[in-house]
Amino acid sequence: MFKDFWIRHENLYYALTNKKVIFGLTLVALVFLLAAFGPSISPYGYNEYAGEGYLPPSSDHYFGTTIDGRDVFTRTVYGLRSTLLVGAIAGTIATLIGCIVGFLSGYFGGTIFDETLMMLTNIFVVIPQLALLIVIAAFLEVRGVVAMAIIVAITAWPWTARAVRSQTLSLKNEEYVSLSKVSSLSVGRILREDIASNMFSYVFMVFILQVNGTMLATVQLEFLGLGPTRGITLGLVMQNAVIWNGIQLGMWWWAIIPGLILTIFITALYFINTGLDAAFNPRLREM
Amino acid sequence: MGKYLRKKILMYAITFVLAVTINFLIPRMMPGDPIQSLLSRFSGMEGGREILENQLRLLFNLDQPLWRQYLGYWRSIFTLDFGISITHFPTPVMQIIKRAIVYDLAVLMPAIILSWIVGNKLGAYSGSNKRADNVTMPFFYFLASSPYFWMAGLVAFFLGVSLGLFPISGPYGSLQTPGLNLGFILSFLHHWFLPFFTMFLVQLGGWAIGMRNMIIYETSSNYSKYMETLGASNRLIRRYGFRNGVLPQVTGLALRIGRIVGGAITVQVVFNYPGLGRMMLNGVQSQDYFLIQGIFLTIIVMVLIANFIVDIIYMFIDPRVRLSFTEEE
Repeated sequence: MFKDFWIRHENLYYALTNKKVIFGLTLVALVFLLAAFGPSISPYGYNEYAGEGYLPPSSDHYFGTTIDGRDVFTRTVYGLRSTLLVGAIAGTIATLIGCIVGFLSGYFGGTIFDETLMMLTNIFVVIPQLALLIVIAAFLEVRGVVAMAIIVAITAWPWTARAVRSQTLSLKNEEYVSLSKVSSLSVGRILREDIASNMFSYVFMVFILQVNGTMLATVQLEFLGLGPTRGITLGLVMQNAVIWNGIQLGMWWWAIIPGLILTIFITALYFINTGLDAAFNPRLREM
Repeated sequence: MGKYLRKKILMYAITFVLAVTINFLIPRMMPGDPIQSLLSRFSGMEGGREILENQLRLLFNLDQPLWRQYLGYWRSIFTLDFGISITHFPTPVMQIIKRAIVYDLAVLMPAIILSWIVGNKLGAYSGSNKRADNVTMPFFYFLASSPYFWMAGLVAFFLGVSLGLFPISGPYGSLQTPGLNLGFILSFLHHWFLPFFTMFLVQLGGWAIGMRNMIIYETSSNYSKYMETLGASNRLIRRYGFRNGVLPQVTGLALRIGRIVGGAITVQVVFNYPGLGRMMLNGVQSQDYFLIQGIFLTIIVMVLIANFIVDIIYMFIDPRVRLSFTEEE
């Protein structure tokens, strides 16, 4: 019975036995565990004075303390939660917008409708994401986690739309799509059943890249003090470290560890993405 | 003109109009009255209130209908009158931008060009050499995953604080006077290195990964296999692969310039480097809306120009686009 399952889900088998995917999934799981259980391991609150300032990592303070005696570990794990949440929501929204625009534009390839959508997409590609986000965020007085995710997502979807469009263009001339057209199925159904379902693995990889991109954009905004107006974020922890001259004072634990965790997480997602690419794309598998 | 170029120019024009419109609309859509809050902050300053009020009337024209306000806004853009900065009162925004833009160009241009060249070379090497690939790929992924400002912190800590090789703050030594003397130039370069190096490193990862994937794709494609059966050397196949792989990398450059500029903003904040990014953050922190708007437009124009240059280069190296020119004549 198990054998049957793996024969039917050959791609999944290759994906789960790919070394890069395993390595990436392990790291991602570790970071998730840290975000999930970190706050309960720590006896402190993220804004609480936890002891002396300027302490390097030790068994009392895993990641040391800030200059004013807050616990860097606590701040990091709480910040990680918020940053991962914003990244996941923004990545999902951006993938959805990108896919919808890409499917429609690709399916109606060559029409005025397609040209208009692509013009819009190209415009968003050119406008610098962070500069636009700064302008928007600067005028918004209060920013919650969801508002943050939405403003990051509306600048993140264009490359997905372009990528999905070109995939759709190549799929829509397949025979089974023509058959559906002849059977006068609705456009929505053709897009859903013939095109989207065949691009599932591709869209999943796009989603991973979107989460990476939106998380990077999010921490940048947070670092500039334009993140969620309440609570703690990873970018904010590092902004504090820079403002309080944490780097000049040699407090590497404050300035470097929080970002290192995020960088490891994003690297791990890239590994999964590359591994999946090899699993889904037989030509790369031989390598 | 070819269809390609016409399309591109149209797109850039629309992008510019859209950016100006966003800039016009955002403060007007926001809750609260920005003008009142600006004026109240200036009520204490000698003569400031009158100048600011004139400025606000000129830029916002709030007593007029929206379409006239909009036209007035366009006029102020073409006369390069972005208003007066509130933080650096009464310096015009344009003057602040002129001073800052030099630092952006000095850091951005070399970082973009060098990382692109080196990244492509390294990526091509790693794509055609499995052993090198296993060692270098994780490293490239790590570089590409780093937030710019975090990499800036890392570089500042190791090269600046631990080893003490480079200064980590400001554009030049505090004892130097700007000018064409050796002391200043050396001090400038000394301070320039870390911001440049940070931008270089993060981008390097992205280009190397892109090129690596392209090379793997090209060398496993049918024309490479065909060349192989014809007995062509591996070196020749790789060279053709590189040629074909470089084209998407040029498009990638156009796609990513906007994001690179965003990274530059945070890097400048870490190194306290007085480019547009640093100025823009100053503007945000002190709610200096004229400064924010002026810098946003400047950044857009810079990105549009950079993209246009990349498009022109692409036109010359991609035979398909070149063909669209000769066909029309």
